[in-house]
This record gives sequence, C-alpha cells and structure tokens, in this order.
Amino acid sequence: MSSHQKSRRDVLKVAGLFASGGVLLRLSVREAAATPEMMRNAVRDAIGEAAVSKGKVKLDLPPLVENGNSVPCTVSVESPMTAADYVKAIHIFNEKNPQPNVISVRLSPRAGRAEFSTRIRLADSQTVTAIAELSDGTFWSGTIDVIVTLAACVEEPN
Amino acid sequence: MARALIHVPATARRGEVIEIKTLISHVMETGYRIGVTGKPIPRDIIERFVCTYNGEEIFSAKLSPAIAANPYITFFTVATESGTLTFSWTDQHGATQVQTAEIKVE
Repeated sequence: MSSHQKSRRDVLKVAGLFASGGVLLRLSVREAAATPEMMRNAVRDAIGEAAVSKGKVKLDLPPLVENGNSVPCTVSVESPMTAADYVKAIHIFNEKNPQPNVISVRLSPRAGRAEFSTRIRLADSQTVTAIAELSDGTFWSGTIDVIVTLAACVEEPN
Repeated sequence: MARALIHVPATARRGEVIEIKTLISHVMETGYRIGVTGKPIPRDIIERFVCTYNGEEIFSAKLSPAIAANPYITFFTVATESGTLTFSWTDQHGATQVQTAEIKVE
C-alpha cells in the first residue's frame, strides 16, 4: 500500500516537472516579443521623462481583429489646432509586437484637424497606446485593448 | 521604387479642412519572418514619409515594421492656396520616391 502511494507521488512529481518545464518554455518564447518594460523605454526615448496625463487622445481600432497583418487604426486628439494651441506630435506604441514603436507623426497648425489613419500589424492581443505632444508642452495619452485572432508575423511567405 | 496612389481633392474652398489619402505599394518586410530557405527574410521597410504644401512641411511620419504592407496613411490639412502637394517616401536604403498632386483653392 505504501509503495503504491510512493509511486503515485513520483508520478505526480514527474508530471509537475513537465508542467514547470512547459512554463519555462513559454516564458522563453515570450522573450522574442516586446514587453511593457520595452514599451516604457520606447516612450522615454520618444518623449523623455515628461509626465503623461490620460485623456484627449482617442484611438480607434476594431476591438476584435481577425487578421493582425493589417489593422485599421485612427488616432484623433481634441485640439483647436490654432497657432497658439495645436498638437505637435502623435506616437503610437504597443506591448507585444517584436518592437514597441509603431509610428510617430509630426503635425503643425496647418493640419486643421489632429487626426490621422494608417494600417498596423499586431502580433498578439494587447493594449495599444497613443501619446500626443501638445504645443503647450503637455503630453496626453489614450489606450485601447485589442483582441487578435490571427497574429501578424507568423504566416509563411508565399 | 513602387506604385503610389494619392487622393487630394482637385478643388477646395479657402480655409477648408481637406483629407489627404496616400498609399504606396511596398512589402514592409519586418525582418522577423522565416523564409522558405529557413533563414529570416531581411528587413526592408519605408522609414519616413513627408508631405509638403508649396514647399512647407505639413505632415511627416516615422514608420516602423509594425506598419502593414503597402503603407496607407491619411491625414488632414487646411487648403490655404492653390499649388502643389509633394509626397515623399524614403526607405531604409535611402531611396526616395516622390509624387506630387495639384490643388486649386478658390
């Protein structure tokens, strides 16, 4: 009876080892992608140590993405876009693509409207962040959570 | 370098905010994909896009591999005067493609 229990314990131990091995493997695969830490570094490279407030920036992406290779993305910022008060720059960042930067644009009061659209790649379900730099030196951010069912960068080339 | 499509309204009222749509055919190869030979396909992307209106820069963008193939960018500008909008895309090797569009402002 006792030997029986021991063998059961051994089986469980081995199973546990396999399970933890699986976790390690997953972690090492994950390292190929950008992390929230890398994103913070990218943000620092783009805007320095400035404080970023939430608000004013609206990110428009489909909440459920079927194909991460081409995701329509629109960013708009509340701003009168006059010579005295306008948006100087907008940066988009992501957490889980291989690199955290997506696009950085520079605007002037001549834009008339602080808005632009493009199509981006998303490697995984994640949070996308946009940060706007205003002419008065303040920074504002907006985020959106996106679920991606088919990730970019995985398919074989034709 | 490649084929580019631009949409700018042919005419506009002075002071009107107009939308400009641009698209250029380009693979935007990320450098992370593995090719049929088992080796990674080298990175090949457009890194910079600039739009000028009668010589003055009105919009510029720094692109990364996270921009989808055939980069599509739309943005806005105020129609100030009749003239030429110049669009230029520069890839990572320094090759630049330039395209222009005319606008008549009344």
